[in-house]
Amino acid sequence: MPVIRRKNAPETETPEASDAEDDKKSKLPERKSKDKKWSCIDTCCWLVGCICVLWWFLLFSYNAMPASFPQFVTEAITGPLPDPPGVKVLKEGLKVKHPVVFVPGIVTGGLELWEGEECTEGLFRKRLWGGTFGEVYKRPLCWMYHMSLDNETGLDPPGVRVRPVTGLVAADYFAAGYFVWAVLINNLARLGYEEKNMYMASYDWRLSFQNTEVRDQTLSRIKSNIELMVATSGGKKAVIIPHSMGVLYFLHFMKWVETPAPVGGGGGPNWCAKHLKAVMNIGGPFLGVPKSVPGLFSAEVRDIAVARALAPGILDKDLFRLQMMLQHVMKLTRTWDSTMSMIPKGGDTIWGGLDWSPEEGYYPGKRNQNNETQTPDQSEEANHANYGRMISFGQEAANIAVAELKRIDFRDAVKGKNVANSSCSDVWTEYQEIGYSGINAVAEYKVYTADEIVELLQFVAPKMMARGSAHFSYGIADNLDDPKYDHHKYWSNPLETKLPNAPEMEIFTMYGVGIPTERAYVYGLTHSAECHIPFQIDCSADCAESCLAGGVYTVDGDETVPTLSAGYMCAKGWRGKTRFNPSGIKTYVREYDHAPPATLLEGRGTQSGAHVDIMGNFALIEDILRVAAGATGEELGGDQIYSDILKWSDKINLRL
Amino acid sequence: MALIRRKKAPGSENQGTSDVKITDDDNKKNKKPIQKNKRWTCLDNCCWFIGCICVSWWLLLFSFNAMPASFPQFVTEAITGPWPDPPGVKVSKEGLFAKHPVVFVPGIVTGGLELWEGHNCTEGLFRKRLWGGTFGEVYKRPLCWAEHMSLDNETGMDPPGVRVRPVTGLVAADYFAAGYFVWAVLIANLARIGYEEKNMYMASYDWRLSFQNTEVRDQTLSRIKSNIELMVATSGGKKAVIIPHSMGVLYFLHFMKWVEAPAPMGGGGGPDWCAKHIKTVVNIGGPFLGVPKSVPGLLSAEVRDIAVLRAVAPGVLDKDLFRFQMMLQHVMKMTRTWDSTMSMLPKGGDTIWGGLDWSPEEDYCQNRRNQNHNDTKNPASHEKNSNYGRIISFGQEAADAAALELKRIDFRDAIKGRTVANSSCQEVWTEYHEMGYGGIDAAVEYKVYTADEVVELLEFVAPKMMARGSAHFSYGIAENLNDPKYDHYKYWSNPLETKLPNAPDMEIYTMYGVGIPTERAYVYKLTHSAECTIPFQIDTSADRVDSCLTDGVFTVDGDETVPALSAGFMCAKGWRGKTRFNPSGIKTYIREYNHAPPATFLEGRGTQSGAHVDIMGNFALIEDILRVAAGATGEELGGDIIYSDILKWSEKINLNL
Repeated sequence: MPVIRRKNAPETETPEASDAEDDKKSKLPERKSKDKKWSCIDTCCWLVGCICVLWWFLLFSYNAMPASFPQFVTEAITGPLPDPPGVKVLKEGLKVKHPVVFVPGIVTGGLELWEGEECTEGLFRKRLWGGTFGEVYKRPLCWMYHMSLDNETGLDPPGVRVRPVTGLVAADYFAAGYFVWAVLINNLARLGYEEKNMYMASYDWRLSFQNTEVRDQTLSRIKSNIELMVATSGGKKAVIIPHSMGVLYFLHFMKWVETPAPVGGGGGPNWCAKHLKAVMNIGGPFLGVPKSVPGLFSAEVRDIAVARALAPGILDKDLFRLQMMLQHVMKLTRTWDSTMSMIPKGGDTIWGGLDWSPEEGYYPGKRNQNNETQTPDQSEEANHANYGRMISFGQEAANIAVAELKRIDFRDAVKGKNVANSSCSDVWTEYQEIGYSGINAVAEYKVYTADEIVELLQFVAPKMMARGSAHFSYGIADNLDDPKYDHHKYWSNPLETKLPNAPEMEIFTMYGVGIPTERAYVYGLTHSAECHIPFQIDCSADCAESCLAGGVYTVDGDETVPTLSAGYMCAKGWRGKTRFNPSGIKTYVREYDHAPPATLLEGRGTQSGAHVDIMGNFALIEDILRVAAGATGEELGGDQIYSDILKWSDKINLRL
Repeated sequence: MALIRRKKAPGSENQGTSDVKITDDDNKKNKKPIQKNKRWTCLDNCCWFIGCICVSWWLLLFSFNAMPASFPQFVTEAITGPWPDPPGVKVSKEGLFAKHPVVFVPGIVTGGLELWEGHNCTEGLFRKRLWGGTFGEVYKRPLCWAEHMSLDNETGMDPPGVRVRPVTGLVAADYFAAGYFVWAVLIANLARIGYEEKNMYMASYDWRLSFQNTEVRDQTLSRIKSNIELMVATSGGKKAVIIPHSMGVLYFLHFMKWVEAPAPMGGGGGPDWCAKHIKTVVNIGGPFLGVPKSVPGLLSAEVRDIAVLRAVAPGVLDKDLFRFQMMLQHVMKMTRTWDSTMSMLPKGGDTIWGGLDWSPEEDYCQNRRNQNHNDTKNPASHEKNSNYGRIISFGQEAADAAALELKRIDFRDAIKGRTVANSSCQEVWTEYHEMGYGGIDAAVEYKVYTADEVVELLEFVAPKMMARGSAHFSYGIAENLNDPKYDHYKYWSNPLETKLPNAPDMEIYTMYGVGIPTERAYVYKLTHSAECTIPFQIDTSADRVDSCLTDGVFTVDGDETVPALSAGFMCAKGWRGKTRFNPSGIKTYIREYNHAPPATFLEGRGTQSGAHVDIMGNFALIEDILRVAAGATGEELGGDIIYSDILKWSEKINLNL
C-alpha cells in the first residue's frame, strides 16, 4: 500500500511543475500521465523518440548548413585550399577546345539489368554493378548468376541481358560518394565543357574487347561518337582519356577502327590521324598487372591475404563461409574474359627471368633517402628480391640462387580426378579436375616467371585460358608485318601491334608513383578442406629488410600497376621511331608522386598517386585541362619523372 | 482493484499480484532507479509520442520492404480479376522480336534538364536536375531556380553565366518525376522483345529553345542524325521507327526538313535521307496544328486548372494571399522566355480552326447532348452551337452573339500608354506594363479573336516575345509550297507550310486519345484588381449548363490537351493520299484510343487511358508500337481506328490540297 501512495503523488508534484517554464503545457500531459504507467515499452518509445528528434535536428542542421561549410572548416585548419585546377586554368584564359572522350577501366563502369531470371523481379534497368550494390546482400546467388558470363562463349548466359550504363553517369561515381571521373568532369565543365563535347565510352568491361563490338557494337558506337564530336566542334580533334584497362581497350580500338570491315571498323588507314589529337593514358597497364595473376590463380589479392594473416582462424575455419565465397568469386571472375587482358605481357624479356628483373635493387623509400647516409652496396646485396620469379612456392624458392633450384616440370603431369566430388563441382573452378597429383606437380615446379605463368594458368584452368587465348595474346612480336598480327587478339598488346600512322598525335602516360605495388608472390599449398582452392598466398613469408611483406613482393607503382608496366612503352618502347611506333608519334611520361591526404577532411586527397584516387589529383587534372584546351606535350613541359623508370627500361633488352 | 493496479508504482516489484506482463518491465525499471524519480513531463510525452510513430513507421517500412514485389499485383488481381498480359509478354509469345531500332522524341516539359554552370546560389547543384526528378530546388530556392530556368529575352538562349542542358540517355524522360512514368512503360515492354540501349535512343533536347536553336547551341539535331545513322548501320540496315510524343512531333517534323536541307542551315543528309533511314514515324498525341491551350498560357499564364482553382476559392487567389498572383507573373516571365511555347500556337488560322460563325467541330456539343439524352430527344432544339472559332471572347455575351451583332473596335492601331508602368512592376517582365490601360482596353473592345487574330493579339500584347517567336515559327498556310521562302527553317515545324520528305515507303501514324473534354476556346474578362497583376483572366463565371462551356472554357473532344482536330487532321486529310503537302504519297494511319479511366485506383494511371501523357501507358497503343517495331506495316495493324468525328470535321475544312 505505501507503494501506491508513493507513486500516486501528482498533487505534491505540482509545485515543482510550476517551476517549469510553461505551466499550461506541463499540466496537460501530467493529467494524462496520472493514469499512465512508465512501462518498458514507454521507455523504449521515449528513447527512440529522443534519438529520432536528435537525429532530425542534426539532419536539419546538416541540410541547413551552407554547402561551403566543410571547405570553410578545412581552410580554417589547413590554410586556404588551392584553387581547383578548373578555376586556375580558366583564370589563365583557357577555354573549351577539343572534345574529350573518357574510357573507363575495369570494374568502375556501371552495369544494369535488361533481362533476367525471376529472382531479379523489380531490378529492370537497375544497376547490378556500381551504385549501392544493395542486391549483392539481398540476393547474392541471384546476383552472382546474373553477373557471370557463359563459360564457353564468354557472352551472356541465355535469358540474361546485363548491359553497360551509358552516359557520363556510367562511371562518374563508382559507388555513392566514391568518385572516379566526377572530379575531372567537374573541372572540365568549368572550362565550358558539357555533355555535347564530353563522351563516356562505357563498355561492358566483363567481355573481351572484340566481344563488346560483337554483342553491343560498342566500338562502332565510340567511332560514331568521336566522329560526331569532331564534326560538331568544327573539326577539332578529340582528346582521349582512358583509365586503367580502358588504356588497353583503346589500344584495341585504334587498331579496330583502321582495320577494314567486317573484323574492323573500316575507318581507313588515317582515321586516327584525322580524329585524335592526344591519348592521355591514366594508370595504364600497358604490359599487364601482376595482381591479375593471383586473382585468376587463387581469387585473392593482397587485401584478402592480409586479412587471412590478421585473423587466421576466421578465414581458415571457414566461419562466414569465406572460402566458399572466394570460390564463388573465382567462379564469377573466371567467366570474365577481360580479366585475362591484364596478365603480364612480354614474358621474361619484360618482367625478368629466374635471376634478374628490371627493377632489381629497388626498395621502398630509396628515392626519398638518397641524401641520407647509407651503404648502398650492402643493401643491394641483402635486398636482391627476385621480382622475375612472379610466383614462388615457399619463401625458400623465392630467394634461392638459380643453380640450386630443383624444379620438376608440371606440364606433363597427369591430372587426377580424385579431388572431385559432387558437392564441389557445382562451384566451377576447374581445380577439381586437376586432382592432387596435378596440384602437387604445380607446387613442385617451385618458381614461375612471366612466361611460365601463362603456361601455369593454362595448366590449372585450361578452359578459361582457351577462351582467353582466342582474344588476348601475351607475347612479343618478332615481325610486326606478319599477317597473323591482323587478328584482333593481338590488338590490345602494345608489343604485338604498331601504333597507327598519325605523326601529329601525342601519347601521354600518366600514373602515380611512390606506393608499394604488388609485383611477385610467395605461395603455399593448402589442403585444409576438400572443396577449397588449393593454393594460397603464403602470408607468413615476410622479410623485414626487403620488399616482401605478407607473401607479396612490392615495387614502385600506383598500388595496382607497377611503374614498369605503365611507363615502359612511352619511356622506351614507343619513344622516337621504333618498329612499334613507325610514324614517330610523340610520347610523354608524366608521373605524379603520391602524397597521402594531409587530414581526414581532404577525403581522398588532391595529390594522390593511387590507381583510382589519381583521378582527383589536381596536377593531373590540370595537365588534362591544358591539353584539352589545346596545349601540346612540349608546352606541358615534356616528361616529368620521379621513379627509376628510365633506368629500368634500359635494362630491358627488347629489339625496337 | 483495477484502478489501484494501474497506478502501481514501478518500484513495487515484489507484490504478489499476478500481473505477469508487467514483471519484466518492472525488473528493467529496477535497474534504473533514477527513473523512479523522473517525471513524465511534457517533453517526455513528446518524445514518447514521436518514438511510437517512429517505431510503427519502421515496422511498416520493414514490412513494405520485406513484401514481395508482386504483392500489389496479387492484391489487385484478387480484387479485379487477372490482369491482361503486358503487351510485351503478349507480343513476345507470338514470336515477335526486336527488329527496327527505335527513337523516342520526348515532348515539352517531360524531358529533364540539368545544371552545368550557374550563379553562386546554385552551389552544389552541378549536374543535378533543375527540371524533372524531385523538383526539390523549386521549393528551396525558387527565385534562383526561376532565374536559371529562364532564357535570355532577346536571344532565346541561356543568359550569360548559366548553362542548363538536357539530360541525355533513356533516363532523360523515362520518368518525369519519381513514380510518374512517361516513357518507362514503353521502354520496359520493348525490352521484353529484346530491345536494349543499343537499339533504343532517347532524342532528348532542350525543350525550352526554339527547334533550330537546339542545333545552334547543342548540335542536338546533328546528334540525332548521327545516332539514327549509327543504329541503322549496327542493326544491319534496318530502318528506324521514330516515336515522337507531344511537342516532339513538331520537333521531328522540323528534323525531317532539317536533315535533308543542305548545310549550313540544314544537316546535309541529301534528299533521300528520310527514305533511307526511317521506316515509320509513330506520332503520339501530336499537336500538328497547335494547341488552343497554349494561347491562355501565353496571354495570361493560366490554364484551366488555375482558372478553376480561382473559381473554387476566389478569395484566396484574388486577395493575393500566398502571393499567388506574384507567382503567376514569375511563371509568365519564365515561360515567355521559352521560345518553344510558341511552336504550339494554333496553326492554319481561320481555315482550320473556324471563323466568327463556324468551326469544324461546331455540332460536337449538340451531338453529345443528343447521345446523352437520346430517350428525351428533342430534335427541334435551337440551342446555339458553340462558336469554337472564337478562340478568345471577352465576356460570355461576345462568345454567343451572332456574327452580325458583334461590335468590334479594331485594336491594332490603339495607342499604348505607359500609365500602368511603375517601377515595382517592371522587375517582373511581362510586357503588360508597356501597354498601359489604353492598350488593354483596346484589346478588350475587339471582343472576339479567331485563330488568325489570336496571333495578332499576342503580337499586340507581347511584341518582343512574338518578334523572337516569329523568327522561329510560322502559323500560316502556304499558298505555293515551292516558293523558295519556305526553305527557311521557321516553316519546318508547320505541316501546312512544308512538304513531307520524298519517302514513299515510309509510314506516318498519328496515335492519340479521345473521349476527354479538351480546351478549345476561352471566355476572358478584364481584371483591374491590382496594379501589377496580369490584366486578363479567364472568366470562370461563364458557364452554360447545356453546352461545352464550363468555367469560361469551351471544350471539345480530345486527349485533354490536344483537340482531336489538331492531332488527326493531317493524317486524316491533309496528308492522305498524294497531296501537295505529301507529294510522294506517304501512307498515313489514324489510331485513336478511347479513353477509359482506371477502374480502381490500384491500377494507377490506367492501362486504357487516353489522356495526353497517360496514354504512354495504354496497353493497346504499346502493343501497336511493338508490332511496328517488330516489322509490321500499318495495313497489318488494321489500318485506321477511329472513334471521334475527325473524318467529318476534316471534311468541313476547306483547304486546297
